[in-house]
Amino acid sequence: MRRAAIACLWSHWARHPLQLVTLLAGLALATGLWSAVQAINAEARTSYAEASAQLGVGQFDELRAASGPIPLARYVALRRAGWQLAALLEGQLRLPGGSVDVMGVDLLSYPALPAVEETSQEDGIAPTDALLAPGLLIAGPETAERLESQPGLPPVRRTQNLPSGVVLTDIGTAEMLLNRRAEITRLLILPDQSAGLTPLADLAPDLMLVRAEGRSELARLTDSFHLNLTAFGLLSFAVGLFIVHGMVGLSFEQRRGMIRTLRALGLPLRDLTWLMLGELLLFALIGGLIGLVLGYGVAAALLPDVAATLRGLYGAPVDGDLALQPAWVALGLMMAVAGTFAASAQALWHLSRVPILQAQGQYAWTAQGLPARAQAGFGALLICAGFLALVVFDGLIAGFAMLGGLLMGAALLLPPILSLALRLGERFARGPLEEWIWADMRAQLPGLSLALMALLLALAANIGVGTMVSSFRLTFTGWLDQRLASELYVTARDEAQGHEIERWLNSRADAVLPIRATEVQVAGETVFLYGIIDHPTYRNNWPLIAELPEVWDVLAEGRGALINEQMARRMDLWPGDRVELLPGWSLPVAGVYSDYGNPTGQAITALPALLERVPDLPNTRFGIRIDPPEAEDLRTALADRFALPPQAVVPQAAIKASSLAIFEKTFVVTGALNILTLGVAGFAILTSLLTLWAHRLPQLAPVWALGVQRDTLARLEVLRSVALAVMTAVLALPLGLVLAWALLAIINVEAFGWRLPMHLFPLQWLVLLLLAVATAILAALLPARRLRHLPPSDLLQVFANAR
Amino acid sequence: MRVRLLLFLLLLPLSAYAQGFAGLGSDADGFAVPERGHALAFPRDHGPHPSYRIEWWYATATLTGADGQDYGIQWTLFRSALAPYDKAGWQSPQLWLAHAALTTPERHFVAERLARGGIGQAGVTADPFEAWIDDWRMAGPDFDRLDLRARSAEFAYDLSLAAQGPLVLHGDRGYSVKSQDGQASYYYSQPNFAVTGTLTLPSGPVAVTGTAWLDREWSSQPLSEDQTGWDWFSLGFDDGTRLMAFRLRGGRGDFTSGTWIKADGSATPLPDGMIAVEPLDMTRVAGRDLPTRWRLALPDKALSVEIEALNPQAWMATSFPYWEGPVRVTGSHDGKGYLEMTGYD
Repeated sequence: MRRAAIACLWSHWARHPLQLVTLLAGLALATGLWSAVQAINAEARTSYAEASAQLGVGQFDELRAASGPIPLARYVALRRAGWQLAALLEGQLRLPGGSVDVMGVDLLSYPALPAVEETSQEDGIAPTDALLAPGLLIAGPETAERLESQPGLPPVRRTQNLPSGVVLTDIGTAEMLLNRRAEITRLLILPDQSAGLTPLADLAPDLMLVRAEGRSELARLTDSFHLNLTAFGLLSFAVGLFIVHGMVGLSFEQRRGMIRTLRALGLPLRDLTWLMLGELLLFALIGGLIGLVLGYGVAAALLPDVAATLRGLYGAPVDGDLALQPAWVALGLMMAVAGTFAASAQALWHLSRVPILQAQGQYAWTAQGLPARAQAGFGALLICAGFLALVVFDGLIAGFAMLGGLLMGAALLLPPILSLALRLGERFARGPLEEWIWADMRAQLPGLSLALMALLLALAANIGVGTMVSSFRLTFTGWLDQRLASELYVTARDEAQGHEIERWLNSRADAVLPIRATEVQVAGETVFLYGIIDHPTYRNNWPLIAELPEVWDVLAEGRGALINEQMARRMDLWPGDRVELLPGWSLPVAGVYSDYGNPTGQAITALPALLERVPDLPNTRFGIRIDPPEAEDLRTALADRFALPPQAVVPQAAIKASSLAIFEKTFVVTGALNILTLGVAGFAILTSLLTLWAHRLPQLAPVWALGVQRDTLARLEVLRSVALAVMTAVLALPLGLVLAWALLAIINVEAFGWRLPMHLFPLQWLVLLLLAVATAILAALLPARRLRHLPPSDLLQVFANAR
Repeated sequence: MRVRLLLFLLLLPLSAYAQGFAGLGSDADGFAVPERGHALAFPRDHGPHPSYRIEWWYATATLTGADGQDYGIQWTLFRSALAPYDKAGWQSPQLWLAHAALTTPERHFVAERLARGGIGQAGVTADPFEAWIDDWRMAGPDFDRLDLRARSAEFAYDLSLAAQGPLVLHGDRGYSVKSQDGQASYYYSQPNFAVTGTLTLPSGPVAVTGTAWLDREWSSQPLSEDQTGWDWFSLGFDDGTRLMAFRLRGGRGDFTSGTWIKADGSATPLPDGMIAVEPLDMTRVAGRDLPTRWRLALPDKALSVEIEALNPQAWMATSFPYWEGPVRVTGSHDGKGYLEMTGYD
């Protein structure tokens, strides 16, 4: 009996291969997009963890200078006082095509360096090579290749253990490479200290103790980014499940007769339920596996961009290569199975309650949802709960809770609103045919509502994200123009050359603006403190978003400081508040400036005031103001005169281009997921229409019999689909704008630390509307074509079949 | 004899290991090699010799506490050169490594320190004498009066050392041969320091008195290829005589050497074959069997003694592990001393 039942169940799929393909495709899409995002996140997190493990970052308490580097003599003095410390010198090495992070450690005292151990086990690193000139650079394969293409650098050893863009080397080599003799950027406090040491607070009151647990800057920064991606993945997953829901419902509906027969033949309900569960599990696994392959492909395609974003935006070391992790496969399959059963729960529940002898219902299975009013109420409740979450809690999670509530609530509200709109439309109908069209649309609504919800979500997400990205681009390009006012940016090899260049330029350029900065610790965070001279370049261009009156005079006289938006938001410092930039030196915040694309805090003071406190501020970088047409000549002359490599003299345009490139990459992923989501929604509409098809004939036959041609019916069929899509799109617009607002004002602030002004882009909306219409037409085309070519006998048959 | 830097050299493998001698006075890597007949000069030679590959300042002391208990301490500073020169800054090829230990009959505490030369974190000056790494220090106005300090998370000691006799030059006026093949080092000792001071144990401080032995040795030459390890003894007898003796175990048989030091400090070298040592009892230590009770005979001086470890578990679990601890001596002569063993794998 059971074997016969299995054959029976399977015969359905053999007769409806398209249904099977659609079901599996829905599952694959849901699992695929979700898994792609998971894979990207997992890869990035693995990279962070690897980096921390490899480099011992964040495992130990640290000492940092209040400003600038720690002199080597301080390290030795602390060592001789008995403190076990490990010295680190970090800096950026400029290479063509972007700089790399050089991490110089005292290889003898640094605690955990699996990269060195592994490399030395494999290739046998001799201390003579690693510790003596020219030294040895250890880097991942990609970075190693870049280093090797540079003449004059020490030999390079490859390791799989280091993230891309990081170069590990001995501190003695790093010193030479970075031209920073006898400097240390931070000291790790090793775990095994002697008893009875003089406390560090007494030995080195000027050094700041940064606790290991309070220093997860990278994790905090990137968490927001990953949460962003996860949210998108979930949205895609939900939309994919709409398809699964539709297909499973359809298959159950179509097999009602078969089920009744099987039950009548004596197959126990329990057995039948188990068989169908087994069938679903099989599909979930197959669809899930296809989805995983798909997801892996999508992830592998997107990862290089994500990695570039994370590197560019946060300096987070992420490799562009995707590794297949078993946990990811397991999780993906689990999601597929769980999603399948969640999407089929309703159908299974109905199956378990099918009376053996019930006639086939006139309305589809989908009609038996919540009553419209309850659904509307529930939807409104969800939206309110979302906003309440935003009021009660803050942070990124609250932002997403609000978005989740808003989107789910709006989706639930959609069918009641559409129904209301259709009722209104019916009132304006002229003639019976029009009245029938409106009524028929309303009758179809329950079956289509899930697909329309998916469309609503996809459209809203598109409008929201599109608005955010475009607003950002507009603001960002304007900001770049203001911020990068100097025509040339030059970096000298060292202090002496810096002075020479400055002298040389004084007679040749309109102005030479020194870019001098030191790292300081403000409230336990690393902040870059810049000293600037008073110049119209700043007064006219610097993009302030909040300021005290006479801000530039206040700044020039050393009576105030400017801080960037990230720092202002993170530390809640606004004009008028005081900020302690160096121990014993606090200044009122005179203004806050926007500083996109920069993860760290930044502050600006008058150069003379800063030099008084930090006399040895490095003086190697300059912005040069000159008539733009002369910039290129000056660049060439400068590079020739001082034998500077190309990356040391950068024209404004190049910096702008690379900044914009980082920006574009940031949203490539969002954009790709967006398009995919919309595709999934279109697919959902198609499957819903196909599902409804089975029930259409009894509804269409009478109209046909009354004299409406099949051609007209087919046209009306497409028109209805389009009308519903347009109505949904219209409703999606306000939802999308609220979404955009939330993204700009809440999610961005949390994720990146900056708030962006919202700009509206009606043209984008029009494109989306057309896209929605196209989707609806495409989805309706197949059923319409079928209708047009339907033999009249089939329509007549409807009347022959005694109801 | 402390050839343990062989292990140190293995730990930090050198690119071109000294393969024979490239020329008179220097080896293949340009390191200086000891020469017979070279006269040591003090205080200059208390200081470092950067052109030699390896060097150490090695103090051990057998102590008795105010509580009547026996203790031992070890303080060692090693210098290991990657290249035969010195230079200021991180780029210096001179590396420093130190071991400190405190042994009681029940416990054995060990600590280790590593440092780069060239930056001032570790080093040695000859006059006034100071040898230091981090806050561990052996220093004084001259080599006869030294303060010795070390501390770790578990233990600390702070001792004053006062020399009771002259320096002793081992071998041929300080030229000490280490194998049948002629490998040698410069080697001298101050075998007789009177010690007073304080040990700090987890249970609290203990005032101690006793005697200390300080070895100085430098060389550039590793052991012969067949030599696998050594047993080294520094013994002080109740009648004021002292004995330094070592056995290098090798495939071609043992190589022994030593110095007999009379109470007045006058020394007699003991060439290969004069000393006989024989393990009596083995103890399981850190996963291997080590002889912790020995018979040592020097028929020439009518000496036949049994040597027993104060704490058989005196295992130095450092980057290159070995056994080193205080011993009690009984038999024809009674006394105390230190034993070191390597190469028992």
